[in-house]
Amino acid sequence: MTKHDGGQRLVIEPVTRVEGHGKVTIDLDEHRKVKRARLHIVEFRGFERFIQGRPFWEVPVLVQRLCGICPVSHHLAAAKAMDRIVGGENLTPTAEKVRRLMHYGQFFQSHALHFFHLVSPDLLFGFDADPAIRNVIGVAKKFPELAVQGVMMRKYGQEIIRITAGKKIHGTGAIPGGVNKNVSIEERDFLLKDLDQMVAWSRAALKLCKDYTVEHLKELAPFGSFDSNHLALVRADGAMDLYHGNLRAIDAAGKKIFDQVDYQNYADYIAEEVRSWSYMKFPFIKSLGPAKGWYRVGPLARVNVCDSIDTPEAEAARKEFMALTNGAPNNISMAYHWTRMIELLHSIEKIKELLHDHDLQGEDLVVKGARRNEAVGLIEAPRGTLFHHYRVDDNDQVVMANLIVSTTNNNEPMNRAVTKVAEDHLSGVTITEGLLNRIEVAIRAYDPCLSCATHALGAMPLVVELRAHSGEIVDRRVQA
Amino acid sequence: MTNAGNVLLIGYGNPGRRDDGLGPAFAQAAERMDIPGVTVDAGYQLTVEDAAAIAEHGVVVFVDADRAGPPFALRRIEPREDGRVASHSIAPDALLALAGALFGARPESYMLSVRGYDFESFEESLTDGAAANLEAALRFMAPVLRERSFRAAACESAPFGATAAALCNGDGQCKKASR
Repeated sequence: MTKHDGGQRLVIEPVTRVEGHGKVTIDLDEHRKVKRARLHIVEFRGFERFIQGRPFWEVPVLVQRLCGICPVSHHLAAAKAMDRIVGGENLTPTAEKVRRLMHYGQFFQSHALHFFHLVSPDLLFGFDADPAIRNVIGVAKKFPELAVQGVMMRKYGQEIIRITAGKKIHGTGAIPGGVNKNVSIEERDFLLKDLDQMVAWSRAALKLCKDYTVEHLKELAPFGSFDSNHLALVRADGAMDLYHGNLRAIDAAGKKIFDQVDYQNYADYIAEEVRSWSYMKFPFIKSLGPAKGWYRVGPLARVNVCDSIDTPEAEAARKEFMALTNGAPNNISMAYHWTRMIELLHSIEKIKELLHDHDLQGEDLVVKGARRNEAVGLIEAPRGTLFHHYRVDDNDQVVMANLIVSTTNNNEPMNRAVTKVAEDHLSGVTITEGLLNRIEVAIRAYDPCLSCATHALGAMPLVVELRAHSGEIVDRRVQA
Repeated sequence: MTNAGNVLLIGYGNPGRRDDGLGPAFAQAAERMDIPGVTVDAGYQLTVEDAAAIAEHGVVVFVDADRAGPPFALRRIEPREDGRVASHSIAPDALLALAGALFGARPESYMLSVRGYDFESFEESLTDGAAANLEAALRFMAPVLRERSFRAAACESAPFGATAAALCNGDGQCKKASR
């Protein structure tokens, strides 16, 4: 940590327990008040060039290299785009249900991991607890039953992925126009064995999260919070659909900005702004412009945007959640956790529904139709809406790829959350442990995937800097 | 149920980032060896659910790429409650601590680090140097895995995070491997 007189810039790098390499800078004005805070994210745009020149049918497997955290989401988004390239977007019932099972399995394991591994230490020990205790091992020692549940739920989701995608990593299950395998009776029965336990644990996790939020609402409501637009996929009837649907955007009051937009035309509605200080772009709704058109994605946005959820327990939970704000969109950043658990329960309800569907054992796996040269694949990934856009030439080679990943969609909101926390909790020109913890907590609400970088031994994951009006760095802290 | 004689080998890293794929590449080759009692797994990174698999084995060998140090090094590692826990991954020593806290597991554990040189490119192949190191590591480890001679083969016990170089001879070779 370095410190200088008269200073005014804080840098936090790297942000622990937030993937990849991130840096937060807090700029002060001449009165040493917070002017703005920025979350700098290293994003490797080179991946889009890496895909260019590759045969299109390789892309659903290749894109899994992009991210070790949500490879299944990239796999499915790319497969959906390539379905259209081969004219096979109207999947057979077996293909669509196997893919959906894979997708809900990914949601289940991702949300369970985030809650038990990352969020539960904050809730169970408090934001100010020593980081040496406020972690998954601390939870394992003090609340072993809860920690075992988290591990076993994550494992269950991974088993679903292994069965539907062929293996845990670099799955090959989804191919252009369908899937390459169904789910056998033996595989189905293997998953049914632990299903009821998973449902029960999901209910308990939702209750824990809901009770905590309600009990601490006074403290949580203003924490890193702000009004925003929200974007998500919805079904034709307005219900939540994590796998497929049309785009809907609403403003902070719930008014629709656009609705039932075919995502093949996303570029008519969404644009990306480049800012000199960040590698990551800033998407916005074109009709509102970059200043007012930024939006949130992910669990909070999805629950705010949809009219209903098509599984009974998650729908009851959604209604309870929306009652908190009398049906209006909830703009509390920390409410992401509650909505994530609503989706956890929804995912296991959908998994149950699918495992009892005999279409999973069907033999009709692939369809093809009229070839196209351009397509968009869009899916709701665990951390938000994920766009994959490709152009393919007549030699079947990819000539253009544009990906807008979930974390990029949440870029501006995460910056706003960090700024709000800095405004509310920075005192003087020192980065205190309390401020550092709170910045982490605010970023974590969005469950970002900050980098798809390597992790090799010796690599450091996060940094926070406090910068003076003069540009001088007055404090710097690394959360190693 | 733990089987003291059973070995779990986990190679981890991102094969799409050139030499970061050394761990999975080692795992793939180890799987082809088809050694009885050795279970092989591979992943982008270690995650909490690996604690459950660890608890079912008497010996665990983690394999990862290393940015520095000798061509390869095998060293004993111990659980560490303050080990690195990232958002969606967990360090081997922290994972061992988690397996201990959750399941009472205390497997004998090792880290095999293999030196890589390029971690930034989006390419699904190893550099020539990393490929050579992988071959050397495989030649060294094949009899170790078959004979379960981990203790004799490993460098001194050291906390995870110490560079492999610190555990090796000045000539850059692993002490045990160069004997």
